[in-house]
Amino acid sequence: LIRSINDPEHPLTLEELNVVEQVRVKVSDAESTVSVEFTPTIPHCSMATLIGLSIKVKLLRSLPERFKLDVHITPGTHVSEHAVNKQLADKERVAAALENSHLLEVVNQCLSVRS
Amino acid sequence: GVKDGRWTVLQLVEALGFCLENTDPRMRGRGIQLLSQVLLQCYSLLQEKEVLHLVLFYESRLQDHHLVIPSVLQGLRALSMCEVLSPGLAVSVLKAIFQEVHVQSLMQLDRHTVYSIITNFMSTREEELKGLGADFTFGFIQVMDGEKDPRNLLVAFQIVRDLIAKDYALGPFVEELFEVTSCYFPVDFTPPPNDPHGIQREDLILSLRAVLASTPQFAEFLLPLLIEKLDSELQSAKLDSLQTLTACCAIYGQKELQEFLPSLWSSLRREVFQTASEKIETACLAALHALSACLSRCVLSSDSEDLLDSFLSSILEDCRHHLCEPDMKLVWPSAKLLQAAAGASLRTYHRITRSVLPLLLEQYTKHTQSSQRRTILEMLLGFLELQQKWGHVEEDESTLLSLQAPVCSVVFSALTDPSVQLQLVGIKALTVLGSLQGFLSSSDVELVVDHLIRLALHEEDSQSSEAAMEAAGSLAPTYPKVFSGRMVPRLEQELQSGPPLRCVSSSEWDESYYNDCSLQQRCLQALAAVSTHTSIVRETVPVLLQHLQKVQKGTEARNTQDMVSVCQSLHRVALQCQQDMEGCWYFHQTVVPCLLAMAVQAAMQESTHMLPGKALLEEEVLAAMIPVISAATTHLSPELAAQSVSHVVPLFLDGEVSFLPQNSFPCSFQPFGNGECLEAQRRLVALLMAFVCSLPRDVAIPQQEWLLRELLALSCSCNCPFTATTAAKCFAGLVNKHPAGQQLDEILQLAVNRMDPSLAEGPRRMQALTLLLWVTKALVLRYHPLSSCLTDKLLGLLGDTELGPAAADGFSLLMAESLDVLHKGCHADVRIMFRQRFFTDNVPKLVQGFHGAGPDVKANYLKGLSHVLNHLPKPVLVTELPTLLSLLLEALSCSDRVVQLSTLSCLHPLLLEAPQIMSLHVDTLVTKFLNLTSSPAMAVRIAALRCAHALTSLPTTVLLPYKGRVIRALAKPLDDKKRLVRKEAVAARGEWFLLGSPGR
Repeated sequence: LIRSINDPEHPLTLEELNVVEQVRVKVSDAESTVSVEFTPTIPHCSMATLIGLSIKVKLLRSLPERFKLDVHITPGTHVSEHAVNKQLADKERVAAALENSHLLEVVNQCLSVRS
Repeated sequence: GVKDGRWTVLQLVEALGFCLENTDPRMRGRGIQLLSQVLLQCYSLLQEKEVLHLVLFYESRLQDHHLVIPSVLQGLRALSMCEVLSPGLAVSVLKAIFQEVHVQSLMQLDRHTVYSIITNFMSTREEELKGLGADFTFGFIQVMDGEKDPRNLLVAFQIVRDLIAKDYALGPFVEELFEVTSCYFPVDFTPPPNDPHGIQREDLILSLRAVLASTPQFAEFLLPLLIEKLDSELQSAKLDSLQTLTACCAIYGQKELQEFLPSLWSSLRREVFQTASEKIETACLAALHALSACLSRCVLSSDSEDLLDSFLSSILEDCRHHLCEPDMKLVWPSAKLLQAAAGASLRTYHRITRSVLPLLLEQYTKHTQSSQRRTILEMLLGFLELQQKWGHVEEDESTLLSLQAPVCSVVFSALTDPSVQLQLVGIKALTVLGSLQGFLSSSDVELVVDHLIRLALHEEDSQSSEAAMEAAGSLAPTYPKVFSGRMVPRLEQELQSGPPLRCVSSSEWDESYYNDCSLQQRCLQALAAVSTHTSIVRETVPVLLQHLQKVQKGTEARNTQDMVSVCQSLHRVALQCQQDMEGCWYFHQTVVPCLLAMAVQAAMQESTHMLPGKALLEEEVLAAMIPVISAATTHLSPELAAQSVSHVVPLFLDGEVSFLPQNSFPCSFQPFGNGECLEAQRRLVALLMAFVCSLPRDVAIPQQEWLLRELLALSCSCNCPFTATTAAKCFAGLVNKHPAGQQLDEILQLAVNRMDPSLAEGPRRMQALTLLLWVTKALVLRYHPLSSCLTDKLLGLLGDTELGPAAADGFSLLMAESLDVLHKGCHADVRIMFRQRFFTDNVPKLVQGFHGAGPDVKANYLKGLSHVLNHLPKPVLVTELPTLLSLLLEALSCSDRVVQLSTLSCLHPLLLEAPQIMSLHVDTLVTKFLNLTSSPAMAVRIAALRCAHALTSLPTTVLLPYKGRVIRALAKPLDDKKRLVRKEAVAARGEWFLLGSPGR
């Protein structure tokens, strides 16, 4: 699902950039949980939050409601790992971010199917 | 009057004298208008002297009042078409126009007249106009300056092109001429809606490009303009500039390009490295290709510094280092740039490969990750493919030849890599290397074959093994000896070793048994794949037939499956040797009698000894044999086919078995005979059908009438549905090709007489319906007059409670392409547009029938209709849509799954192609689609979700009210138990989320 998300800065997908990899995605259908670890391209990638947000939104839109989502950065690959993880885990902040039309626009661009 | 010659023009002028000299300009205008109209009608009748006077008159009138001018120009246009115009007049007319008329202040139509006059003169009086020298060019520049109407521009561009192409003197006005045309570049024109003139933006772009790229004289002005536009932001401007540059390179030389090369290169490089648009990238690469080609063309003729060399050096310098970083973004753009330049000429190729190939080889060994290696090998492959373009490897100059050993070792190492992706690229590279004449040494070829065998048989990933078989197939014609000497025996050996007897039934044994079976499958496939050369076919076909016989004797449960796969392999071989007369005949001669003999023998055994059914006679196996025989027959030449038909038909009619190998049979073969025990023999009609229906149309079939009667009887009387259907198909296939005439009519009458009573009642109604369907199809395809009568019968049956559903399904049979008989491939008489014709003839009847039908059979009509619509070409469907839409929507609520599915697949393209009409019904559509997403049938759910996805192409404003509802409803199929349904649901829901939100 998330492999085809576009990177906000490059004309490539997250899979092509190795931001998301199959081994770092854990799905448990029985427990209805999905856990995604993603690796920003460089340790101080300013887009890390945005990438995380895109992944989260894509999953929110594509998975049945019963799933609990957990999107976070692969440990040790980003300088402000905790801050970003905290932002992504916080439901209110995700919802608030999506109210912001500018942010939503960027996220939607990432999610549009490339022509 | 003037036309008939009763009046002369002079008399007319005299009669009009009063008008022509009237002081009121309006009256004068009317008079001249009349005269001009007359002249336009009969300019060809004028005498030289008359023309002279008229020209002088019109020229003087050019100074007249502006109201008069349009008519004057019309008159001059008429005169410009006269053949008898005396020398010098054309020049004086043009001079007068250039001097007296301010063209751009005229109306569009009158400006067009001026251009027509010029065009006419240019086509007839070229010499005279050239006498005017550069004045003519200058005059024209003034005429054209400021033109705005696209219609006129097209003409004007054509004139400029002719000016240049026919070598008129441009004199000092080159720059002016360039200015006056280039100001339109890049063309920015959108035709107004409902434009009756039909001028497209593309027309203007092309004609302007033809002007700009018509002469090297423009180069010094054009190239800076192109660079400037290339640097602009506008995509269309970039694209247009690149394409114009490409066009220019066809005529430019080194001199024109020299000054601008560095900036052109830097612009091209920037575009390729940065652009997100594929179109622009392609255009850039094409431009670079053209540039390099142009430079390499000029290089030989000049003694000055080697421009090409320095140009290529700068390309190499900028791109080379990117190749060393296979993980980075710029690898591919760089490789593409280099390949575009290298593909321009042999010279550029050598220059670039000399530098790049060693680098790539070195990088390959340096990087060890298979994904990086894959990228590098893919680039290498690109360069190798270019080498293919230059044909054989040249001894002295080629860098490739000197690198033969390292290239081979790199490719071989890729083949043994565990990564499938890398293997696939390696196989491709191998194919290319193999096709380079004289590149691989004989020991290398043997190594290649060994690698291919290993990959084809033992590689776990099916993708690689298939690719290896393909590669073997494409290399086999180049090295037939190696393949038939090395690969075929290996495969044969593997095949014969066969699955071991199952003595121990532990799970371990089962697994290895299974592996052996799949190995056998692979062997069969590989044997078929490699049979691309006649000499190899002669080796592989006996192996396959032998295997078939061996399997037939066995008793294991997998036999059916095995025989089907042998038949599939044989079919593939047959297809591969169709183009080759000799191979085709060999195949036909070997395979067809052998298959027939085996089948006949099996059938005899069954009918004499009442043995349990042999696997060979199972429907599946027979069905697999049909394409083999059919493919072996379709491409036979008429003489050979006639020879063959004289054996096969008597076999079935008289039991004449002498031509079959091993023809000692215990009893006689009589498939059309009566008798309980002959059931097995009757089934072989399938093989007869495969043969007889695939013959070219001009091959006469002996005893055709008798054969047809027997088939007819069999199809109506047989209890076994397989045999009856086959007989009906065979009958239909023959009828379709039967020449029209009394004989055909008699046969058809007989068929109808036979069908009617069985259709009405009795135990064999289904058989009769099948026969009816196939005969109808045969006749519909060839537009036979009887077809409408039969179709009406079929329409009538839709109302029948028992046969109705089957008849409705029959409509899909009528419209669909049939696989084994009655298609173009087997020489059937298929008229184009038969579907459209069937549609227009029968859909009104279907709709009418639907409205008149009882509730229990209404679904049949809908089903029939949706089958017809489903097979109709989409453009026709879209135009016919509005009348049928309400019926289709009704069909959606029909509970029949097939109807739902075919209606959905009908609606899907309509949603994409005719959103305007569909948006009128958006409410119904949304409701119906969402309901169907919870249908019990998976295919319906998928189709409904696809349609829901396609809904998003309707105008956003129409959809927004439904957004929330659809998103909520689509949450449910996200958790569907089928993966394919979930996939569609995700796609549809994602698209609905994006509707109307920013950043879409």
